Amino acid sequence: MKFTHESIEINAGLMIVLTLLAISIGGLVEIVPLYYINDTVEKVEGVRPYTPLEQRGRDIYIREGCYTCHSQMVRPFRDEDMRYGHYSLAAESKYDHPFQWGSKRTGPDLARVGGKYSNTWHVQHLNSPRDVVPESIMPNYPWLLKNDLDYSDIAARMRALRIVGVPYSDTDEEYQANVEKFGAEMAAQFDIHQADRNLVAQAEKGNFDGDRSRLTEMDALVAYLQVLGTMVDFSKYDEGYFTEFR
Amino acid sequence: MAQGAVAVDTQYDYDIVKKFAIAALFWGVLGMTAGTYIAAELAFPFLNFDMAEISFGRLRPGHTSMVIFGFGGNALFATSYYVVQRTSQARLWNGGLANFTFWGWQAALAIGVIGYLNGITDGKEYAEFPWYVDILIAVVWVAYFLVFVQTLRRRSQPHIYVANWFYLAFILATAILHIFRNLAVPVGLFHPESYSVYAGVQDAMVQWWYGHNAVGFFLTAAFLGMMYYFVPKQAGRPIYSYRLSIIHFWALSFMYMWVGGHHLHWTALPDWTSSLAAAFSIMLLMPSWGGMINGIMTLSGAWEKLRTDPIMLFLITALSFYGMSTFEGPMMSLKSVNALSHYTDWTVGHVHSGALGWVAMISFGSFYHLIPRLWDTRMWSTSLIYVHFWLATIGIVLYIAAMWVSGIGQGLMLRAFDDYGNLAYTFIETVQFMHWPLVVRMLGGMFFVSGILVMCFNVAMTIRAAKQEQAALQGAMAAKVARAGA
Repeated sequence: MKFTHESIEINAGLMIVLTLLAISIGGLVEIVPLYYINDTVEKVEGVRPYTPLEQRGRDIYIREGCYTCHSQMVRPFRDEDMRYGHYSLAAESKYDHPFQWGSKRTGPDLARVGGKYSNTWHVQHLNSPRDVVPESIMPNYPWLLKNDLDYSDIAARMRALRIVGVPYSDTDEEYQANVEKFGAEMAAQFDIHQADRNLVAQAEKGNFDGDRSRLTEMDALVAYLQVLGTMVDFSKYDEGYFTEFR
Repeated sequence: MAQGAVAVDTQYDYDIVKKFAIAALFWGVLGMTAGTYIAAELAFPFLNFDMAEISFGRLRPGHTSMVIFGFGGNALFATSYYVVQRTSQARLWNGGLANFTFWGWQAALAIGVIGYLNGITDGKEYAEFPWYVDILIAVVWVAYFLVFVQTLRRRSQPHIYVANWFYLAFILATAILHIFRNLAVPVGLFHPESYSVYAGVQDAMVQWWYGHNAVGFFLTAAFLGMMYYFVPKQAGRPIYSYRLSIIHFWALSFMYMWVGGHHLHWTALPDWTSSLAAAFSIMLLMPSWGGMINGIMTLSGAWEKLRTDPIMLFLITALSFYGMSTFEGPMMSLKSVNALSHYTDWTVGHVHSGALGWVAMISFGSFYHLIPRLWDTRMWSTSLIYVHFWLATIGIVLYIAAMWVSGIGQGLMLRAFDDYGNLAYTFIETVQFMHWPLVVRMLGGMFFVSGILVMCFNVAMTIRAAKQEQAALQGAMAAKVARAGA
């Protein structure tokens, strides 16, 4: 029997199967290898999961849709290097569920905003951006200072993140593994059983929102912003090293 | 005449088509108004009014979801249920299940969008719906697939018409994309938030595999299905080339899935992936233009219709914008162009030349053909169709032109150096520069929204007139029967 296109046109089942075949190949070829090619994520020291407080800040970053105007992905161009710093590595977002690279810069990139401004600046800027940058078109976020931070579910959040692959520790074994990998101080931060205590302690110590009497959403968001892009010490690496992975 | 209408009504299920058509206009007005409002917020930030619910970051996913899934999605449900019945000459399978797809889809949209305003979002572009809405959508989608395929299997002739190939590919691809993009672990059974199973670079690739094919299959292939029915019908001529439709259907289905990586040029995604995506993006120009040529050339020999038929004007303009944005797209996927265009308003303009110029215009044209047939009447006002056409076209042109100025301008400013090799502009100077283009873009949006409002008025009057006509007809019939009885 001769096979013509007519054979497909008169058979709904065959058309479904062939269409599924046609649309599956591209995605499989481009996505699956990203999990198996070792060079996809750079081997680099310093990248760690977020502390409980930083993770809550990240949740708020997503809740407010910051990614609709801010990217977190510095590209390897001279102007971006001068404006933002070293280009972003894949390793730097390997604990990000979901990623927040963004697709639009209505405001500047935030991949390396950590440490660039003081906590006070961030609080003022988030509360009322035009007080510090008169030409800014960013909305005011006054509720961040008003809302108490809800961290009642922090352990549940860390458990969910642990399931998708973030090395928060639930058992002694996992805790010990974290001690070896991230050091004792950080391993304690990643212990799900101490999450509440750690979160409060970091907020009190950091005093991110400038008000020690309260733990607000502003505390968490600023803690998150201040850690962005600061985990890798680029002075430790040769400039050529990272190009091997591109 | 009256008898013919009754026969059509029993042969086909038009009620479900009517519902989806009205829902499309409802979400269209809401979504486009929200879009214009957030455009205004960017030009005049005081419009955020310090209210969390309407701040840009929360309203923007509301805008995109309402126009893509609310306006576009409902328009696709309406037309696919209509087209599959007409071209199969069979009544829709399982009216109850079809009804479930209607209410399920509206519920998903309402729950999702109200959630965004209250800060419930997955934070993945165009897949922001939380996990429980994702599950509802998946169930609705399986029902949609069943209704569509079972109706197809009732067809009274051996061949499946080309429009249905595209609708079928859209239904299948959307199912795959939706499921794999939204795989996530909820924080708790009664917690609205969840965390994506993918992280970092892999999450990014899954995102744009999803995001670009939401464009490719939801906003392109499916609307090509619409085009393949309504353009030949309105023109009263057969499709230009059957062979071309076969080639471009398979090429489009195969190639689209490769191109998502071009959203990640110069990022931490490995170069091989984004280069492969760029190569396929350029090749994709051919099947895209295959569809455009097939649609536009269907009119060859009947070009005078462009002068006399405003519906044809909508359909052909839509195809022209489709051709333009599918040329612009491959060009922007070149790495050197992308280095400038990415992260700027140029991308936003490109999306809208596709979304307003192609998706919305082809839907408007198809609806102006569809609505009088559903209600067995004619459009209340032809002049208002012309008014709508010009409002929409002026709106699009203002929008795209403003975004070119803003996007290319910002791209050039950000990479400018002074004589000493320092950056010539700070970021905030580019924001200042964008003010006027953003104002013009907002005006473009206002034109476009006024257009769809004119359409809604015209449609409402059409339905009212149809009901009056039918009541009068029934009155006359009853009188006749009464006389005959006496």
